[in-house]
Amino acid sequence: MSTTDVELPVLTAKDFASDQEIRWCPRCGDYSILAQMKKVLPTLGIPKEEIVFVSGIGCSSRFPYYMDTYGFHSIHGRAPAIATGLKVARPELQVWVITGDGDGLSIGGNHLMHAIRRNVDLKIILFNNQIYGLTKGQYSPTSPLGKRTKSTPLGSVDHPLSPLSIAIGSEATFVARSVDVDIKHLTMVLERAAKHKGTAFVEVYQDCNVFNSGAFDFASKKDQKIENCIYLEDGKPLIYGPNRDKGIRLNGKGEPEVVSLDEVKEDDLLFHDESANEPAHAFQLGRMRWPDMPEPMGIFRDISRPTYDGEVARQLEDATAKNGTGDLEALFNSGDTWEVK
Amino acid sequence: MRCSASVERREPEATRFNEPTAFDSRTDFPPIHSEITLWFRVTDVRITSERSHGPLTSITERATAERTKHDMSTAATAEVNGKESQELDSVVIRFCGDSGDGMQLAGTQFTNVSAVFGNDVSTLPDFPAEIRAPAGSLAGVSGFQLCFSSNEIFTPGDEVDTLVAMNPAALKTNLQDLKRGGTLIVNEDAFDKGNLQKAHYESNPLEDNEALAGYRVHKVPMTRLTRDAVEGLGLTQREADRCKNIFALGLVYWLYDRDAKPTEEWLSTKFAKHPSIAESNLRALKAGQNYGFSTETFTVHYEVAPAELPPGKYRKITGNEAVAFGLATAAKLAGKELFYGGYPITPASDILHELAKLKHFGVKTFQAEDEIAAITSIIGASFGGALAVTASSGPGIALKGEGIGLAVMTELPMVIVNVQRGGPSTGLPTKTEQSDLFLSYFGRNGDCPMVLVAAQSPADCFDMAQEAMRLAVEHMTPVFLLTDGYIANGAEPWPVPNIADLKPITVKHPTEPNANGDGYLPYLRDDNLVRPWAIPGTPGLEHRLGGIEKSDGSGNVDYDPQNHQHMVETRQRKIDLIANDIPEQEVFGPDSGDLLLVSWGGPFGAVRTAVDRSIKAGKSVAHCHLRYISPFPRNLGDILGNYKQVLIPELNMGQLRHIIRGKYLVDAQGYNKIQGKPFLVSELTRKIDEMLK
Repeated sequence: MSTTDVELPVLTAKDFASDQEIRWCPRCGDYSILAQMKKVLPTLGIPKEEIVFVSGIGCSSRFPYYMDTYGFHSIHGRAPAIATGLKVARPELQVWVITGDGDGLSIGGNHLMHAIRRNVDLKIILFNNQIYGLTKGQYSPTSPLGKRTKSTPLGSVDHPLSPLSIAIGSEATFVARSVDVDIKHLTMVLERAAKHKGTAFVEVYQDCNVFNSGAFDFASKKDQKIENCIYLEDGKPLIYGPNRDKGIRLNGKGEPEVVSLDEVKEDDLLFHDESANEPAHAFQLGRMRWPDMPEPMGIFRDISRPTYDGEVARQLEDATAKNGTGDLEALFNSGDTWEVK
Repeated sequence: MRCSASVERREPEATRFNEPTAFDSRTDFPPIHSEITLWFRVTDVRITSERSHGPLTSITERATAERTKHDMSTAATAEVNGKESQELDSVVIRFCGDSGDGMQLAGTQFTNVSAVFGNDVSTLPDFPAEIRAPAGSLAGVSGFQLCFSSNEIFTPGDEVDTLVAMNPAALKTNLQDLKRGGTLIVNEDAFDKGNLQKAHYESNPLEDNEALAGYRVHKVPMTRLTRDAVEGLGLTQREADRCKNIFALGLVYWLYDRDAKPTEEWLSTKFAKHPSIAESNLRALKAGQNYGFSTETFTVHYEVAPAELPPGKYRKITGNEAVAFGLATAAKLAGKELFYGGYPITPASDILHELAKLKHFGVKTFQAEDEIAAITSIIGASFGGALAVTASSGPGIALKGEGIGLAVMTELPMVIVNVQRGGPSTGLPTKTEQSDLFLSYFGRNGDCPMVLVAAQSPADCFDMAQEAMRLAVEHMTPVFLLTDGYIANGAEPWPVPNIADLKPITVKHPTEPNANGDGYLPYLRDDNLVRPWAIPGTPGLEHRLGGIEKSDGSGNVDYDPQNHQHMVETRQRKIDLIANDIPEQEVFGPDSGDLLLVSWGGPFGAVRTAVDRSIKAGKSVAHCHLRYISPFPRNLGDILGNYKQVLIPELNMGQLRHIIRGKYLVDAQGYNKIQGKPFLVSELTRKIDEMLK
């Protein structure tokens, strides 16, 4: 077991490292995500005993073992449901869910959707590597059409789904995307997720360098990402490119199109609005996929709505205020009773 | 009940009766109207229209002969003002009709007034799985049987003394259970061509003296009389017709000398916001009663004196209600919040409904997206330190299997209530069965032992729910609480418990490191092999749990072969050791002899009654009823060896028998009924006689 110091006034990344040897493949993208998480947590001002990581099954789901917080490495796909039970039982805890594209979108798709629509105050980080790594290389629900894997030797004919579309379709109150090795950006996104009240859904593009190497080079390589990605800024127009001379505008059909800033004024571009109540804007951004379009990165949506765990707790308080604290004597004597003499 | 041999901590005081269900709400009515010749067998002496509580003056031998079979015997027949009143020990009534006819409601009301009157009561509801099967069809028949008695009773009775049939389909599907000489009351208005066709009657049985020969038949134009009674209240015909179950109820109240006041009060409260509906039902009730004593068709009515229950305050409680009460009580006794995660399923949903009312007890209910989320949410809640519980039935329990395995692996406390129904697959959702014992005992991957306890009656659910939770938190293990549809929908007079008498439940959450130095070892076990339950929020005890095999002590992932063998054996030994924390098995009847009946769950009442009768008939028979199935009581093996033969009656193909034969190498015989119905006492008595030949 790890050695911990409960009196530490200021925690550091080291304090969140467990004593367990990390067993991801060398150069796996998971290392970077773990490192950024350890950096972010000490900045939140939350005692580490009040932080819990819950995961399912898959490479990413080993994550809790490497954090010296409370943790639960559960069963395939069920982390959002376990986390929901935990959070509803203990609303004061900060609960993170670590999942992957197979765990969260295939076997556990139902739980993910329902956790999000309930707006349970969970931070859900979905590591998307577009492959089943732990079972050694089958295609996943996010693998692109035509993907050749062990289980699809002639190429996949499954139309992939977009994690962001699922999240936004389930009316998530916080939706973001980042990339494993984009350290600054990922840190910013994790911080924002941590501070959001309600379900925060974050997709992280994560390189599986063994079974799907380079799948996200377009968004992670320094020379490519600047060409291919739009870094979202709230209230600002969508501008990108090495020279920041390209932008996104809605055409006559309301569809996004790439325009040159030489020809179009900034004011005519699409402006990002994180807090738009209607999810259509965020959904539209989520549908912009490389290589057809530049891909947005960052915070797609951040709105406020009562949390499920908060509402459950409120109902208990209301019921107690109305009826008084439950009294067994009164309960047993409720309904028809009669006396035998 | 109240049998000296039961192993319970606090014995329930009376027997079961059953409650209405969600299937009670149909309002479709068949078209009615037919004039049918009145025909009935004249039986008894003739009389006045007054109810009699007067002195008993004469005995009608014939009535006595007809009523001595089984639970029912005529004590006396009184003749007051020329109108006859018979006193009976016990009576079995069945209301049956279309599932929109309100039969569950009528049965429940009769049960309530009988319980309040002081009879011991036991009931059996029987309703179709379809919420809206076609009106008038055989598939849509809903029934409610109850036995009420001046003596202690254990079952709702084998044969029916009085059958109320609201339509031809109900008559067709229920007549075979009416004893010869029994009373048949039919709504003759419902015997029209259409309904007769739907019931596959080629001719009207009410016009066929042969078909109903041997019964006392009362053909009552209930629909017409009900409409007449509510005339002038501005009701639609459909609304008026919905009162005819209450008319029938009123008639039977008269017949059995019931005080209708509790029903009148119930109707007034229930329809407080709809005065005309309340009034119409009250009028229908009165009209039914008046019909009884003002017409000449009913020449006799009956009295059943109160039973001699131990003094005290009673409340009726259903099995599902008792589970909810027991769980809330357990949480209160432990000083903890209760977290319930569940997915709606027949017949377990009422547990969710009941608990959802108890928010002020600190009860959190979570209606999950599916059965898997239900079980895993409670795993999360248990990890967080809540008293965690889920309930389901067959198909739902199957879905929970993987999650329960995780609970066994992580050694977290929780209760899984399995309200068994007919299987396999969707099976018979509204019918009772005991066929999930294997599923509960074995239904997980790996060697995956856990605790199984089984309630024997509705009120026993209160005790066993607490016991299940106590074993879970004190031994850090998931616990199955097995009930079944028969117990769950059943209810019984339940002596309101004294809170000081309830067994305490101790929950310990460590706050200090338990290892040398300042570490925390989540799998460091005590003498009972129980690991500590440290919960998030406790500084310094941060740890990780998971489904991968772990190193004993540290709980770290461990694939070592010797460690795995050690851990699998340890998990089993931990459950085995719980035998020291449960009562020894007791036996009803002689300590040794020719035949031992071993039962578990819902058949308790029928088996106990059959054994009791056999003992009274001089046979060497005993009854061992198990409430603890995993682990078994430590003395069970010895008990099994004390009898020449062992019989295990079960509502399945012999699942307990299989386990007992495997564990104790005893040549136990089975008696297996798989019809979605509970055992009849007579079936068991026959089997006992056969084995003792």
